[in-house]
Amino acid sequence: MRTDLSPRLRVALYGLMCVLLIPFVFPTWWMITSSVKPISDIFAFPPDLWPRRFDFSTYQRVFELQPFARQYWNSAYIAAIVTAGTMVVSSMAGYAFARIKFPFSNAIFMIVLLGLLIPSEVTIVPLFQMFLGWGMINTHWPLILVPIFGAPSVFATFVMRQFFIALPGELEEAARVDGLGRFKIFWTIALPLAKPALGAVAIFTFLHSWNLYLEPIVFLSSTQMFTLPQALTQFTDAYGGAMWNIQLAAATMTAIPVLLVFIVAQKQFVEGLAHTGLKG
Amino acid sequence: MTDHSAAPNQKRPFWTIARKDAAAGFLFIAPQTLGIITFVLVPLGLVFYYSMHEWNVLASTFTFVGDANYQMLLRDPNLPPVLLASAIFSAGLVVLNLSLALLLAVLLDQKLKGIVVFRTLFFSPVVVSLVAWTIVWSFLLQANGGINGILAVFGIEGPNWLRTPTTAMISVVVVQVFKNVGLNMILFLAALQGVPKELYEAARVDGASPFKQFRRITLPMISPTILLTSIITIVGSLQVFAQIAILTKGGPGVSTTVLVYYLYQQAFQFNFFGYGSTLSILLFLIVAVLTFIQWQMRKRIVFYEN
Repeated sequence: MRTDLSPRLRVALYGLMCVLLIPFVFPTWWMITSSVKPISDIFAFPPDLWPRRFDFSTYQRVFELQPFARQYWNSAYIAAIVTAGTMVVSSMAGYAFARIKFPFSNAIFMIVLLGLLIPSEVTIVPLFQMFLGWGMINTHWPLILVPIFGAPSVFATFVMRQFFIALPGELEEAARVDGLGRFKIFWTIALPLAKPALGAVAIFTFLHSWNLYLEPIVFLSSTQMFTLPQALTQFTDAYGGAMWNIQLAAATMTAIPVLLVFIVAQKQFVEGLAHTGLKG
Repeated sequence: MTDHSAAPNQKRPFWTIARKDAAAGFLFIAPQTLGIITFVLVPLGLVFYYSMHEWNVLASTFTFVGDANYQMLLRDPNLPPVLLASAIFSAGLVVLNLSLALLLAVLLDQKLKGIVVFRTLFFSPVVVSLVAWTIVWSFLLQANGGINGILAVFGIEGPNWLRTPTTAMISVVVVQVFKNVGLNMILFLAALQGVPKELYEAARVDGASPFKQFRRITLPMISPTILLTSIITIVGSLQVFAQIAILTKGGPGVSTTVLVYYLYQQAFQFNFFGYGSTLSILLFLIVAVLTFIQWQMRKRIVFYEN
C-alpha cells in the first residue's frame, strides 16, 4: 500500500488523522488542565480548554485526603517485583519448553497454556478463600504471587518460548561441546540474546500490574495498603460525590510518569510489542 | 547415550548429559508449573466444588446442595439481561476495536512525514493508567461534563450519557475501545508491513484498484493477525471490570452489568460465594467455547499461515 501520495491526498490524510486523534489525546489534556481548575470552574460553560484560573492546591489536597505517597509506593514496588519476578519465571520456563528435551514437556506446556484460557476472574472466589486461609488478606502477597506464578505470567512464558524457538541452535551446540552446563548456557548465551523479548515482557507485565483493579479491591481493605487504581476512586465528599479536580490531580500523578517514560522510549515500546512472539 | 561398544566393564556415570538436561528442564519449568497448579488448576477445581455448595458466610455454614446453584442460575431473572449485556459489550467492542485498529494501521502504513508522532499519540492511551483513563471519561460523560459542554456550544443538547441504558452501553464500549485499540493497531501495522511489496506491484500492473488490492491481497495476507487479535480482544472483553465499576456500576438497572461484574457483586458484595462460583464456571465455559470456535474457524478463514 506504500505508494507515493499526491499532495492533495497527503493533506487529506493528515486532516483525517488529526480528527481521529481527538478522542485519544483530548482526555489526557482534559485530565491535566481540569486538575488545576478550582472546583467552581470545573463544569464551567462554555468548557475552558485552558484554565481561566489556576488552583494548584488540588495536588496538596490529594496527599491530605489519602496516604497517597504510601499508595504510590505500594503500586510502584508491587509492579517492580512482579515485573522482575515474571521475567525470571517466564524466561526460564520459556527457555526450557523451547530448547530442553525432557519427558512430558509438551503435555506440561499444554497444561501451562490452560492459564491463558482461565482468566483470573474465574478463580477469584477460591483465590480469595485460599489467601484468607493463609492469613494473606489485606497484604500485598496475592498481588505479587498470583501474577508472577499464576495465569498472568503464562502469556509471558509463551512469548519467551516463541522467541527461544526461533533462536539458531549453533551457538548453544558450540557451548555444549565446550562442556558448559544448561544453566550457564541459558544465562550467558540465550538470555543476553533475548533482550528484545524480555523488554516486551517487562513492559506488558508492568502495565498489567500497574492497572490491576479487581484483585486489589477484593484482597485489600485498609487505605494504607491500597494501590493507586483503588486509591483514585476514593476521592469523594461526605455524600459520595466525586471531588473531581482533586481526583483528576491524583489521576494525573498516576498517569503522567508512565506516559513520559513511554514517549521517551516509544520505539522500544511499540516495536518490542509488535515484533515479539505475538506473530508466532 | 546407548554407546554399548565403549568399555562395557566401566561403570557409566548416572548423570548422563540427557539426564542432566532433563533435570535442568524440570527445574526451569518448576516455578511456572507449580504456580499454575497452585493458582489456576486447584482454584478451578475449588470453584467447581464451591458451586455445588450453599455457603453462608455470616452463619459460617457450608452445605452440599448438588446442582441447586445451577438450578438457581437457570431461574435467575437477572441472568438473561446480564448475558445480553455481555454479548452486546463484547460484540460492539470487537467490531469497533478491530475495524478502527485496521483503519489506523492502514493510515500509519502510509509514507508520510512525522508518522511516528501520530503512531505514538494513537498508542498513548494504552500506557495511561486504566483507572485514570476511566475517571477522566466519567468526568467527560457527566450530564454537565465536557462532552455535553462542547455539544452545547454547537447548540446540541447531549444525553445524560451514563444514566441512559443505550448511551451507557455505548459509553463503556467506546471508552474501552480508545483505551486499547493501540495494541491491535500496532499488531496490524506489523502485519501490513510484512506483506511482500511485489504482490501489490503485480496487482497494479494488472490494473487492480486500491480497494481491490486491499480486499484481495491485504486482508487475506493479514488474516492470521485478524484471528489472533480477535481472540485476544474477545477474551479480554469478557474480563472488563474496572470500566463498568467506575463508569456505571452496572447500571442503569442491569443494562451494563456484564458477567464479571455480576459475579463480583454476587460473591463479594452479597457474599453469595456458592452462587458466585457457579457464575465463575459459566464464565469459564463461555471463554472455553469461544476460544474453541475461533480455533476451528482458523482452518476456514485464515488464508495464509507461516
